This record gives sequence, structure tokens and C-alpha cells, in this order.
Amino acid sequence: MAQSVAQPTTVTTTAPAKLPVGAIAPWAVFFGILMLALLYFVGAEQGATSVMSGENVHEWVHDARHLLGFPCH
Amino acid sequence: MNSATVRNLLVRGMLAGLAAGLLALVTAYFLGEPRVDSAIAYEEAHSHEHGVEAVSRTMQSTGGLATGVLLYGVAFGGIAALAYCFALGRIGRFGPRAGALLLAAAGLIAVYVVPFLKYPANPPSVGDPDTIGRRTTLYFLMMLLSVLLAIATVILGKRLAPRLGNWNATVAAGAFFVLAVGLAYAFLPAVNEVPKDFSATLLWQFRLSALAVQLTLWTAFGLVFGPLAERVLTPKPAERAAVAAPSAVSR
Repeated sequence: MAQSVAQPTTVTTTAPAKLPVGAIAPWAVFFGILMLALLYFVGAEQGATSVMSGENVHEWVHDARHLLGFPCH
Repeated sequence: MNSATVRNLLVRGMLAGLAAGLLALVTAYFLGEPRVDSAIAYEEAHSHEHGVEAVSRTMQSTGGLATGVLLYGVAFGGIAALAYCFALGRIGRFGPRAGALLLAAAGLIAVYVVPFLKYPANPPSVGDPDTIGRRTTLYFLMMLLSVLLAIATVILGKRLAPRLGNWNATVAAGAFFVLAVGLAYAFLPAVNEVPKDFSATLLWQFRLSALAVQLTLWTAFGLVFGPLAERVLTPKPAERAAVAAPSAVSR
């Protein structure tokens, strides 16, 4: 009986447990780099530096780059 | 199990980022695009070179804008979810939803507001094409510095908490952040390349709409990601019973 009363409170008030760094690291490294590459293509490719030649990436995301606050031409 | 939790949170962070990106796209289209068009009209009235357009204005303001804003949302959603995994249980006793909203607020300030106050968003025709390399370097440097200082602030606050108590430690760490950002502002070079006769009203409206886009993005991310994370982190009724039963026996 006491348990059925205690159960909901332990669920709602306990702060989430720690996740071990070892479990996060592989995801953080792989997806972190992937996400940063995405941001690079949205924010800087064919502006200050170019991985691909031409102007198409820059022209395509032109408005987004201005409105997201990245320096653009 | 833990790795699966990280994966589940990461996937939900990217989905929440996509949803937030959709809302930010609405803000960008209705508040931002009219200002971009006005700035381009100014640009065309003042320059005599008319290059061949690789992408039409219609595509830039719809498909192009959507691509950029949605990718930005997904990317920061993923990064924020990974930061959330690190922060869980390490920073304070916040529930999953409050934690997500706090993280979103910290993200907005560290990733956008702090760099924006030094190097604000500029509409087309503001900015010399010859200085794009320098401006890009300075902007990304300011962003990186701001994020690193925000992380340092959290670590400092946590270190001070046992000695000063939570409230005073938070105030002290916040003061450190403001001071450090102020020093960075003072020492980094200024960039002011607004043409003399460019409309001040248009510049103000453009920058305000750029800020509104980010406010929409991060607020929506915090509000969408919180409940999703809560469902990942809250054990299902069956598991809860399984966890509760052994503890009852040991007691």
C-alpha cells in the first residue's frame, strides 16, 4: 500500500540518471562531426571557403544564410 | 541500454530540430523575406553589374530558404540532444522537460544572441564581398568562443555551488560569463560595412526578424524536445514495476 503511494512521486521528482560518457562519446563524435559539416554547408560553403567549385550551393541557401545570421558575400 | 538511450535522444533531438525548423521557416518567410527583397531592391538600384542568376529569387526565397533553415534546425537539434545527454543528471535536479527548455535557452544565447550582439545579421547589399573571409572567420570564432564560455560558465557554477549555494553560485557564474563576453567584444575587431544611404529602418527590421527566426527555432525546439525526451527517460509501467519489486524485497 505504501509502495503504491510512493511510486508516482519517485517517477515525477527524481532527476534523470547520468548517462556514462563512454555511451555518449561514439554518438557525439560521429554525429557531432556530421552536424558541424551540415552547418558548414548551410553557413559558409562557397562564401569564405569552397569545397565544391561554383556558386550553386551559395546561391541556393543565400536567403537562409542572411536570415540565419551568417556572413554572406 | 545506455547507448540505446543516447540514440533515442539523438533521433528525437533531430526530429524536434526539424519541427522547430519548420516553425522558424514560417517566421523567416513571413517576417524575413519582405526585408530581404527590399534590401535586394536597394542593391539593384545601386549597382550596375547584373550577373546571371544561377538560382532564381523565387527558388531562393522558398526551396533555398527551406533547405537552409531545416538543415540548420536538424543540425542544432542533434548537437543540442548530445549536449542534453551529457547534461542529464550532471548539472542539477531538473526534470526532462525543464532541462530541455533550459538547454534551448542556453543554446539560443550561446549560439546566436552573443555572436549576434557583436556581429549582427546583415541583409543583402550590407557587407563588402572582399572581406567575406575575415567576416566569416570572426563570426565563427565569436560563436565558438561564446559556446566554450557558456560551457565554462556551467562548470564554474557547478564547482561554486557547494561553497556558495545554488543561487549565489549561479549569479557568480553568470557574472563571469557577462564579463568574459564583454572582454571578447572589447578585443575582437568591429565590422561596420553598412552603406551610408542604406535605410536604418530596413536594417533594424531585418535584424529583428533574424532574431525572431532564432527565437522561434530554439523555443520550439525546447518545447518539442522536452516531452519527447521525457518519454524516452521515463520507464514504462512494466519496467517500473520490475525496478520497484527488488527494492521492496531488499528493504
